[in-house]
Amino acid sequence: MSMLHWSILLPFIAAFCIPFTGKIARKIHTGWFVLAIPVAIFIYLCTLLPKIKEHATLLESVSWIPSLDISFDAYVDGLGLLFAMLITGIGALVTLYSIFYMNKEKENLVNFYVFLLLFMGAMLGVVLSDNLIVLYTFWEFTSLSSFLLIGYWNNRKASRYGAQKSLLITFLGGLSMLGGFIALYVMGDTFSIRELISMAPELIQHPLFYFSMVLVLLGAFTKSAQFPFHIWLPDAMEAPTPVSAYLHSATMVKAGIYLVARLSPIFALSAEWVWVVGLVGIITLFWGSFNAIRQHDLKGILAFSTISQLGMIMSMLGMGAAALHYTGDSSKVYMAATAAAIFHLINHATFKGSLFMVVGIIDHETGTRDIRKLGGLMTFMPITFTIAAIGSFSMAGLPPFNGFLSKEMFFKSTLTMANADFLSLETWGILFPVIAWVASVFTFVYCMILFFKTFTGKAKLEQLPKKPHEAPIGMLISPIILVSLVIIWGLFPNMLAETIIEPAVAAIQPVLYAADPYHVHISMWHGLQPELWMTIGVVALGFILYKTYPNWTGIYKWMPTRYTLNNGYNKSLSWLDIGSNKLTRGYMNGNIRDYLIYIFGFTFIILLYMMWRLDAFTLNTTSVTPIGIYEVILAVILVTASIMILFAKSRLTSIILLGTVGYTVSLLFVLFRAPDLALTQFVIETVSTSLFLLCFYHLPKYKPKEKRVRFKVTNLIIALGVGVTMTLLALSSHSTKLFSSISEYYKQVTYKEAGGENMVNVILVDFRGLDTMFEITVLAIAAIGIYTMIKLRLERKGGAE
Amino acid sequence: MKTKTNDLILQTVTKVATFVIVLFSIHIFFAGHYTPGGGFIGGLMTSSAIILLLLAFDLKTVKAILPINYLLLVAVGLVFSVGTGVGALFFDAPFLTHAFQYFDLPLFGHTSLHTAVLFDTGVYLVVIGVTMTIIQTIGESE
Repeated sequence: MSMLHWSILLPFIAAFCIPFTGKIARKIHTGWFVLAIPVAIFIYLCTLLPKIKEHATLLESVSWIPSLDISFDAYVDGLGLLFAMLITGIGALVTLYSIFYMNKEKENLVNFYVFLLLFMGAMLGVVLSDNLIVLYTFWEFTSLSSFLLIGYWNNRKASRYGAQKSLLITFLGGLSMLGGFIALYVMGDTFSIRELISMAPELIQHPLFYFSMVLVLLGAFTKSAQFPFHIWLPDAMEAPTPVSAYLHSATMVKAGIYLVARLSPIFALSAEWVWVVGLVGIITLFWGSFNAIRQHDLKGILAFSTISQLGMIMSMLGMGAAALHYTGDSSKVYMAATAAAIFHLINHATFKGSLFMVVGIIDHETGTRDIRKLGGLMTFMPITFTIAAIGSFSMAGLPPFNGFLSKEMFFKSTLTMANADFLSLETWGILFPVIAWVASVFTFVYCMILFFKTFTGKAKLEQLPKKPHEAPIGMLISPIILVSLVIIWGLFPNMLAETIIEPAVAAIQPVLYAADPYHVHISMWHGLQPELWMTIGVVALGFILYKTYPNWTGIYKWMPTRYTLNNGYNKSLSWLDIGSNKLTRGYMNGNIRDYLIYIFGFTFIILLYMMWRLDAFTLNTTSVTPIGIYEVILAVILVTASIMILFAKSRLTSIILLGTVGYTVSLLFVLFRAPDLALTQFVIETVSTSLFLLCFYHLPKYKPKEKRVRFKVTNLIIALGVGVTMTLLALSSHSTKLFSSISEYYKQVTYKEAGGENMVNVILVDFRGLDTMFEITVLAIAAIGIYTMIKLRLERKGGAE
Repeated sequence: MKTKTNDLILQTVTKVATFVIVLFSIHIFFAGHYTPGGGFIGGLMTSSAIILLLLAFDLKTVKAILPINYLLLVAVGLVFSVGTGVGALFFDAPFLTHAFQYFDLPLFGHTSLHTAVLFDTGVYLVVIGVTMTIIQTIGESE
């Protein structure tokens, strides 16, 4: 176990210890204990930065299940370190924020922080694992802890609904991802990502390649809320705001992005990957920003904005993958997209985290998040106002914030994509910049709505549950730190370029990078490029649209509510529910006759089919004994009695006929020289017939009308089928004697070894006494059963009276 | 139902027949190792003798004549059977290994004694116990 392993496991260990701290120190908010953990891990990760900057990597291995080729390999490279630092850094800020957000008296803090720590550890495990199975384990841990956190206020219906929805969708993706991982293992015979990457050119030849690609992408898309799996994210906003800030903007939703980036070296060799990732990303970008405008809840706006920004990062990863299909300088143009993706990932974490915290503050201080009730908060909350301004302008892509830079880089990538010339991109590639531009206009509009509707205009104090005032300083520290990063990285982006973005790009495109190192250089001003004109266009059109937006929001009403994705999700859930219920009720109808039909039907159909398929029916008459007159007579009696039972009108007749059958069988035993059997059969038949008579006597009187057995075609078919099948089976098995019988042995040793002459009895008590022992046990159980059934029933009757 | 009937002939015949049946059943039980019969059929026959008593007299009378807890009889029978099997273990033999030996007994003369008879006794007792439990319980219930 190395430091790296301990830093992954530390949150889990802390999660175990947290419940005890509340008892030791009652006065102190639990969050203070928690805060130390992400801070410690963050500091440790910072010490790795210089190493990563030199493009060194760190691999620590601990054996877990060696027989299955599963080992807990912790691996740090540029990409892993970037994510780990985001997780711990924002984790620390969110914990600090939550200390002031979560009320110590009213909330169950232990649960909150245990879930949060579980999530943090799981997320670290996802980004620092080299083994696919370990990655998957942590992945499901993030889904599970996210489920717990969304449903944190479990007395609210909406929380439970949102938690269930996110669980179903992310687990769907998680399980398909597992399938993809197993397919990768089948292809490469290893679970190690690094080893799989090293054999990537061979993997693409494998027939399972596309299969595993689709499954892995499904996992990544569900987790990162890509279209059409984004529907869980807006409902996850029922979670406490620190959770939304942490999980649903900065970290968990980026797990899918991480997965796509991490497995890019394997899958990006196929051109389809570029298309799928790029297109899904760009559609998500548009759909998220388009829908964000119609939201009234501040968190709803932020949820759709997160979806949209995640789509943007995803599409940049797709475009970056195009670099593998070019060489030399033209390849570098596409690598810039990967660098842009990484840069925007960092930027998004900073501004979206701060915006969520701002919304939390507004909610906390005014009591509502409804944008229709808010307004004019600028004078009440000046600091929050400033933070929100920086955050939303950065998100809209305005200079001098970091969002501007990444949006410029994004536009540039889409423009290069339009010039690509493979996989019919030359005709359809133009879609990328067009959709991206339209989506950015919408992004601008909702950013302006988010900011201006909340902070400017007239204050509607009478509509607010609480009188607004500035938040406590503790709540403001985290968003202030985040927005300072927004400004710092906006002004000095190259601070990040060499330390973290380049190693991350190198991790995503290792082969290309090794051949020809790509140097990231981000500058605020790079001349009058087309992307700058695009941004100016975005601002101009966005401004007009924002000013006139009450006039055109009517288009949202055109969308029929019946065909929304949410409705589809709800409907399909209830269809599944009703459908499976109907199906189960259809065959599990509680009718024993029907169950018997299934049992007998299956029996004879399968047996007949197998007999036909294996051509097993044989008839061999050589070993048949001659048939005498007595056998014929008895058989005739037997068959006649059996058939008469079917047509008997009275039950009494049936019972007596059944007795006839029994006694005839006993006579057959006599005829076939089995005196013990004959004796026993005779007595037992008498006993069972008298028991039948007893039952007959006690039949309820209110339905005295005796009826003949009703005729049903199915029953006839089943009965005939079973009878014919069993007859054929008996004939064939009698005709195929593979071994001589063991009875010769018994004949020889019955007297010599067991001191008896009645071979049947000697076998029963001596050679195979164990069977007899348990048969008498069966009898004993039957007796006790009858005894208790009758006696206990009487007692209950007595008790009820 | 409780009309007094005269079952004199039945009762008298029963008194004689019962002994005959019981004797026959014991014969069948002991002869089982050499001729058809054994614990199972012997037990059934003994219980049929008791059933004959039940038919001729009534439940209470028979219970007074034979104050046997039949469920206990079942248990005793199982103990006999299992005990025979366990006994073999003490002689370092596998479970349920039987042994037999010829002895010169007074009165019986040269006789073979076989542990299988003990096992069969278990069967015999269980069969009587089971049959009688079932019939008595059903007979008593309303």
